[in-house]
Amino acid sequence: MNDDVKIRIRNLTKVFYQKGESTTALDNVTLDILDGEFVCLVGPSGCGKTTLLRILADLEQPSAGEYEIAREKEDRPLQSMVFQERGVIPWLTVRDNVAFGLEMRKLPKKVVKERTDYYLEKTGLMAFADRYPKELSGGMKQRVGIARAFANDPEILLMDEPFAALDEQNKFILQEELLQIWAETRKTVLFITHSIDEALLLSDRILLMSAQPGRISEEIRVAAPRPRTMEAIRADPGVAEQFVRVLKHLQDEVQRSRG
Amino acid sequence: MPSEHNPVAVERAEWKKRQLKERMKQLLTVSSPIFMLLLWELLSRTAVIDPRFFPPPTAILETFWNLAVSGELLTHIGVSLYRIFGGFLLGVIPGVVIGLLMGLYSPVRHFVQPIVMALMPIPTLALLPIIIILFGIGDLSKVVTIAGSVFFPVVINTAAGVMNIDPIHMDLAKNYGADSKDYFLKIAFPGALPVMLEGIQMGQAIALLTIVAAEMMGSVSGIGFLIWTSYKAFLLQEMYVGLILISFFGYLFSLLLRGLQRKILRWR
Repeated sequence: MNDDVKIRIRNLTKVFYQKGESTTALDNVTLDILDGEFVCLVGPSGCGKTTLLRILADLEQPSAGEYEIAREKEDRPLQSMVFQERGVIPWLTVRDNVAFGLEMRKLPKKVVKERTDYYLEKTGLMAFADRYPKELSGGMKQRVGIARAFANDPEILLMDEPFAALDEQNKFILQEELLQIWAETRKTVLFITHSIDEALLLSDRILLMSAQPGRISEEIRVAAPRPRTMEAIRADPGVAEQFVRVLKHLQDEVQRSRG
Repeated sequence: MPSEHNPVAVERAEWKKRQLKERMKQLLTVSSPIFMLLLWELLSRTAVIDPRFFPPPTAILETFWNLAVSGELLTHIGVSLYRIFGGFLLGVIPGVVIGLLMGLYSPVRHFVQPIVMALMPIPTLALLPIIIILFGIGDLSKVVTIAGSVFFPVVINTAAGVMNIDPIHMDLAKNYGADSKDYFLKIAFPGALPVMLEGIQMGQAIALLTIVAAEMMGSVSGIGFLIWTSYKAFLLQEMYVGLILISFFGYLFSLLLRGLQRKILRWR
């Protein structure tokens, strides 16, 4: 195994079976994701991208095949997930939400406070630390989810369309903030999205998925230099070409699943 | 500058109008019970409604005062409150515990649910003769009767409260490595609390309904006893004193519980 491989997925298959009918959500997916790589999974609804993420998050068991997440430090959790907006727990304050993973791991109080403070500061949440999530805007709530995952310092980060519910302006801001925090830690990220723009801005590599059965049908490298901004990405002619390529692929996929 | 051209002044006038409307609404809320009492007094004094059945409120108040001064009233209130609290706790605590277990563990739910559903429609009051045989005519039988009535709304609401927690919070707890104790303390219990408290609120109302009926049968004291013996002796003013007490405590308890609810559920 290549030393640089962080996530190694081999022949991963997931079948959902109910009342004599089976759906293949993932069909024999084999994939390597390198250490420090930011990978986006893009595909139409129901193509199995969420299933793949949930398996890596240990929330779903594969029907066949295997995967491995390389462990660098013994005391680190293997993975942490950034959930959608609803993932922020309404009865915990912003601080307790961010500290959630650290508390669950029973780390010393001082460490919990230090790391929580660091990411509260980093995400601009410090002023809201003792508030409840109901008082936060959608963008702020999503910062809580991001801060919680980064504070937990896992081997890899899994993100399940974290910005899907945000308006366009807030989305741009949060995407760039995410890139800044990510640049500091260079964690391996697997990120699910519907948005082609988002994938092109964030990732080193885009994996296009096709539905029924769920497979990775194409892979696109995004060569644009980092640090990236939305403006630079939009102005880059190479990226524009790639946008069209991804768009074509997705449209073909949607057509195919209709026909 | 004339005020109608000043946008702030226009809006301030609008705001004042809204404030006035709000105050009117508050006034209506406060005046409605007073209005009812006045109407009652008037109709009873003029014998439009039969004062033997509906004695005027002032007469009831006088009876209330006499009963209070004699110390009789305080005894009845004390006894009833003791039974209500005892029965309430004896119903709420097992209700919360069993409800949480039902919500958390589906085998428990599947086993206990049919029993709860089958027992719930039986009025505890219909079982009162058996309860009296088993627990005597003292406090214990009343406490058990109330507990039996309070238990059901609490157990059902607590189980429903756990079931209603967004699955994403369970995923989150699992993904971040919560053990079962943390899962219970940080997710299941606080998440179930809003619906659970609704059940407890309902249980409190049922406890008051039950105490009156329970004290009417096989009892020698309490507000229910006061109502029942006064009625049998045709001392309707004394009966009304009992009814007003029940109404007062019902209102008081639900205000207290609402306050508690607001305090505990600040995050909502």
